[in-house]
Amino acid sequence: MATTTLTPAASAYRTGLYEWLTTTDHKRIGILYIVNSFIFFFIGGLFALGVRTELAQPGLQFVHDELLYNQLFTMHGTVMIFLFIIPMLVGFGNYVAPLQIGAPDMAFPRINALSFWMLPLAGVLLLMGFLTGGAAQAGWTSYSPLAQDRPLSSTGPGEDLWIMALTLIGTSSILGGINFLVTIFKMRAPGMTMFRMPILVWTVLVTSVLVVMATPVLTSALIMLFIDRNYGGHFFDPGGPNGGGGSAILWQNVFWFYSHPAVYIMVLPAMGMISEILPVFSRKPLFGYKAFVFATAGIGALGFSVWAHHMFTTGQVFLPFFSLMTFLIAVPTGVKMFNWIFTLFRGKLTFSTPLLFALGFLSMFLIGGINGAFSAAVPVDFALQDTYWVVAHLHYVLFGGSVFGVMAGLYYWFPKMTGRMLNETLGKIQFVLMFVGFNLTFFPMHQLGLAGMPRRIADYASDAGWNDLNLAATIGGFTIAASTLPLIWNVFSSLRAGKPAGDDPWEANTLEWATSSPPPPYNFDHLPEIRSERPLFDLRHGRTVVH
Amino acid sequence: MATDTRALTSTGHGSVEHSPLGGLAHDARGGISNPILGMILFICSEVMFFSGLFAAYFSVRASYANWPKISADAGLNEHFNLHAEPFYALGLTIILVISSFTCQMGVSAIRRDDRTGLTRAIGVTLVLGIVFLIGQAYDYATLGFGLSDTPFGTTFYTLTGFHGAHVFGGAVMLSVILYRGLAGQFSSRHHDAVEAVSLYWHFVDVVWIALFSTLYIL
Repeated sequence: MATTTLTPAASAYRTGLYEWLTTTDHKRIGILYIVNSFIFFFIGGLFALGVRTELAQPGLQFVHDELLYNQLFTMHGTVMIFLFIIPMLVGFGNYVAPLQIGAPDMAFPRINALSFWMLPLAGVLLLMGFLTGGAAQAGWTSYSPLAQDRPLSSTGPGEDLWIMALTLIGTSSILGGINFLVTIFKMRAPGMTMFRMPILVWTVLVTSVLVVMATPVLTSALIMLFIDRNYGGHFFDPGGPNGGGGSAILWQNVFWFYSHPAVYIMVLPAMGMISEILPVFSRKPLFGYKAFVFATAGIGALGFSVWAHHMFTTGQVFLPFFSLMTFLIAVPTGVKMFNWIFTLFRGKLTFSTPLLFALGFLSMFLIGGINGAFSAAVPVDFALQDTYWVVAHLHYVLFGGSVFGVMAGLYYWFPKMTGRMLNETLGKIQFVLMFVGFNLTFFPMHQLGLAGMPRRIADYASDAGWNDLNLAATIGGFTIAASTLPLIWNVFSSLRAGKPAGDDPWEANTLEWATSSPPPPYNFDHLPEIRSERPLFDLRHGRTVVH
Repeated sequence: MATDTRALTSTGHGSVEHSPLGGLAHDARGGISNPILGMILFICSEVMFFSGLFAAYFSVRASYANWPKISADAGLNEHFNLHAEPFYALGLTIILVISSFTCQMGVSAIRRDDRTGLTRAIGVTLVLGIVFLIGQAYDYATLGFGLSDTPFGTTFYTLTGFHGAHVFGGAVMLSVILYRGLAGQFSSRHHDAVEAVSLYWHFVDVVWIALFSTLYIL
């Protein structure tokens, strides 16, 4: 038996730029992830504003080149999914999960740093497409033969840069997922059994399993596409200059085998964040902890059996199976809805900004789930495939769900990360602007989809009856953009002069609030005894002793 | 009772020597160590990577009735017919399987604290791995068809090429193990890296057996 003691030299942070660039501390890497993701959030948002500005009126006014328009929506989707939502949630997981299980750091701190630094590199690679004769323009799904290198398709290096960037991001995700799994399995504090882990940790665990199992399949798909484009391969190209013989449907299968589980990668940790916030601001434990855990695992497992619901109209998939499995996913998701609603029910609610965003998540994600269930019905999907209905659905899930969850988490954990509270008034202004702007943008898209407006068009006929709703969506888009201004102002002013937070400003339940704000290197000097999933609640109410 | 995380003890083999976190990172309850669990999970992800490639192979193959003779060119079809001459590849397969056994002999040796046995076995494994790579390169040079010759050529070179890349990666890892073994860095209590690399090498071996069966027999 060897006993190891930390050297005292590690007790204080140094805060120079060099320390930030070379850090292996999970909290700093988490913050780097979050900051990096916000930068790409703004870049992706600018692309979206470009798209919305063009669509405000029929005709081509703003983006005069349709190919540039294609690049805008391709880059918007790619940046938001791969460089904003996924890394943002990884960032929160990185910061919070080790603290919540009472660990001093992640299991592999240097690999953790490596995972992060691949992201800015990938982002630069991706955006460099604009400087090399046009970024990728085949949509974020990059279907073949659109993504093949031939006239009128994605010619030029933009698409290749897209492939390289996504391969890098995928590698970063896989390494991160392995790191999370080992951390959660091996580094829990004494007493922190699996069923005492906070829900956020459970969602990170299931997400990491999805990442480790699904992301490599995307990597293989990307490599095959790269071989098709650059070395005359025949995986996905059914015909064309190289002789073809491949299968365009194959790309859709391997792509969605990753990209449908990726939807859960993008929303499960946000669900976990909401599940940390709702109990704290309702002054109640989470209703049905174990049911929630099993529902999370259920969503993860079912997530692997529904990818072909993106391909109903290809006529190449077994419709009843994939439709049924897709409907089945509504069951564990419904269980979670009950968990959340009955956590709120008869609770002593405090309407602080984190709770407002959490409620925004609940209501908007509910809409995203319901309009998703419509699309799971094969006949309905045949009518709605590739219309704005789908755009509405995915934004209600990923913006109404994930982004609202991220905002809730930001207001909730900012005090822990910085030692200072964010301003409540500015937070509420941001919430109202974002909530109204979001609904103004994406609710009309349901109607646009039902009225037949296809996705991914730069122009539409002025007599199609789509003018007013498109204008409303554009106004909403700019309202969302405006809602980020109070956020930026809030973050910078609070960093300078925000109210000091103290260790536990929310009277919360989980271990991250048992240490100082911000926590010291290696997180804890002493841990409270862990006898339930709410060790701090136990501590406050004298259910446990601290020496 | 409060728990002082700074005084957590570690048992058995761990990376205690390397960092102040090493002692904390180790599970005091014993069980599988962090690096080995990490390698197992990494191998899981690699299995899924090859699953994607195999899925593509079988998907493309299923769309042709006369696989692998799918070219309009009769000469190419002759080259495609790997089933006729599987013996060269069978030789490569035997080399790789033997290397798995020698690799495991190295692991057993270091478990017994036999450092000479470790370096000897890992050295042989490394040589066998390199022989396999050279053999594959020679095979590529003499097959008579290329990557862009019909979907058969594309799938053949992609699958075997990525396997070869993984053998190369494994050989690099083995070289590191050999170097560290010669430097005397491993002992019966401290050889997680050896165990992890041997797992990876076995994985690469299993992938080749699946590939050989698929391309030359099935």
